[in-house]
Amino acid sequence: MEAITIGKIADFPKQMGRVVHVAGMELAVFRLSTDQFRILENRCPHRGGPLAEGIVSGKYVFCPLHEWKISTLDGNVQEPDEGCVQVFQAKVEGENVQIMLDKTTPMTQ
Amino acid sequence: MEVAKEAGIEVNRGIVVNDYMETSIPDVYAVGECAEHRGTVYGLVAPHRDQGTVLAKHLCGVETQAYTGSILSTKLKVSEVDVFSAGAFRDTEDTRALRVQDEWNGIYKKMVLQDDQVVGGVLFGDTSDAAFMQKLIKEKSPMTEEIYQKWTGHGGSGSSSGVEQLTAEDQVCDCNGVTKGTILATMQEKGLTSFNEVKRHTKAGGSCGGCKPLVEQIIQGEMGDNYDPDAESHTPICDCTELSRDEVVEAIRSKHLTMVRETMNVLDWKNDEGCPKCRPALNYYLGMVWPKEHEDERVSRVVNEQRNANIQNDGTYSVIPRMYGGVTSPEELRKIAEVAEKYNVRMVKMTGGQRINLLGVQKSDLPKIWEELGMPSGHAYAKALRTVKTCVGSDFCRFGTQDSIQLGIDMEKAYEGLSTPHKVKMSVSACPRNCAESGIKDVGVVGVEGGWELYVGGNAGVNLRGGDLLCKVDTEAEVLEVTSAFLQFYRETAAYWERTSMWIENIGLEKVKAAVVEDLENRKRLVNRLEEALEKREEPWGKDVNDAKTRTTWYKEPELETTTKQ
Repeated sequence: MEAITIGKIADFPKQMGRVVHVAGMELAVFRLSTDQFRILENRCPHRGGPLAEGIVSGKYVFCPLHEWKISTLDGNVQEPDEGCVQVFQAKVEGENVQIMLDKTTPMTQ
Repeated sequence: MEVAKEAGIEVNRGIVVNDYMETSIPDVYAVGECAEHRGTVYGLVAPHRDQGTVLAKHLCGVETQAYTGSILSTKLKVSEVDVFSAGAFRDTEDTRALRVQDEWNGIYKKMVLQDDQVVGGVLFGDTSDAAFMQKLIKEKSPMTEEIYQKWTGHGGSGSSSGVEQLTAEDQVCDCNGVTKGTILATMQEKGLTSFNEVKRHTKAGGSCGGCKPLVEQIIQGEMGDNYDPDAESHTPICDCTELSRDEVVEAIRSKHLTMVRETMNVLDWKNDEGCPKCRPALNYYLGMVWPKEHEDERVSRVVNEQRNANIQNDGTYSVIPRMYGGVTSPEELRKIAEVAEKYNVRMVKMTGGQRINLLGVQKSDLPKIWEELGMPSGHAYAKALRTVKTCVGSDFCRFGTQDSIQLGIDMEKAYEGLSTPHKVKMSVSACPRNCAESGIKDVGVVGVEGGWELYVGGNAGVNLRGGDLLCKVDTEAEVLEVTSAFLQFYRETAAYWERTSMWIENIGLEKVKAAVVEDLENRKRLVNRLEEALEKREEPWGKDVNDAKTRTTWYKEPELETTTKQ
């Protein structure tokens, strides 16, 4: 696993998502109200909505286009909708927020 | 019968029993075909079951309602023709009947009225109204114009037979693509009984809400007599709580709640941080109740209001600058053209409200565009006054009796930036030709010789509805005063996401007239409270443009970009 720094904690306001580009991927980084960080692919499985723009409530994010409810924990879409978003491991190292990437995993695109 | 007679029990046509199935001798009871209750001997099974239920409860000492008789109804097929009868369906001297005879379709329907109450009826050929009729008889419902229309098929578009004709594949909710079959299957699978439950599990009626009556009819059709329309009237504001809009607003007032998080805590929200339905609603109610104290909470606003722009299907945004009354200038148009070219705006399009829309803007370009335009926000993304559309009016038009453009500009300046339960669209026409379409606006003003007419609750969208005439006034100042009072009354009594067209149907035009037009003291108080709410307005684009931290937080993304390669 390789840790890549994607920003400082202060760059990420609470209860919000922000977009980062890592290894050719567009990711949504969320800082929950508990100060935990979650990283998801920035693309709703429904119509490709940018999840980083959605309303964050607890561990869930609601897609800004049609309010699909997605768990930031496992990327699962909640009922009554179905689907899954790729999730990535996040880590806080001092002031830095990092994403853990598996070198052996071929990246999409 | 013989046994009873010999035992000395009172016998008439049958063994006489009271409402608890007791005969004239203590501890002896009778039910079924041998029993005569209130002069009736029942020959069908259903009444016997009803009698048995009452008797069983009575014998066991369980509290029970008295047996007051059963409405006899039968649904049969006679020679392949559906026949249904219920209650007292024969004509007598005291009754009148409403008959529908349609030989073309082979249908005969009869409804028997006694003292204008529905007491019985017959259906022949088409029994789809059976449940409806039985309900009327059971409730001893008085005859109304609505029932008449439904019964005779004259007027009234929402007849239940329309829903019954839909097949399982027919789409009911066009926003979310939900079919009648999906609704019925989900109802059965999960045991759903109300509109709110169906909406939660299928999304039907959950977006624009236009299909709500249809969905309710499907639920009603499926549940028949067990459908409880009262359960629908208590609507929780979302899945996070059981509390209705009125209960929440009352708690905000009485407990003096001023923050979203605090409100959810004190009112025992099931989800600590709410959802996209309740958080914006609470934020609105708090601001409405406490206009001075409440600090607006941006993270609790809907996505469009957080960014002061409309999010599009590809994640880009649109920019619609304010043009008071729909009036612009060569100078403004030049600026718009320059900006559109510089930022590669994908499309420049006219809106329905006489404005110019720049579509396909990157989020990070939004503040730059606003800065370069130097025009105020058109609030086209907000639950607020959107536009005041105007016709040319007496400035130019040979028919115009009033200066519609100036009044439109005045109204737009008066109310821009006011937050409301849902978007508010207005218009001013200078004469009854109504070129600004004032009949289909939340507030529509029509100039007439020597005055203005105000129409309210009009809608040209989901809920197509002609506006109601609220009043006629003489001067522009009065138009503004009545409009202010109307807006404030709407702000204080409507549910968040509820357009004036739905709200006015719920609350009733008479109540609005009384509060806004007739009671002059109340009108004054409403106007004062509206002015208090208006004091806190800030022009959102200019505010964000001049705030470096806000620009980074809400609009700027690329700074976080990493160049690390795999």
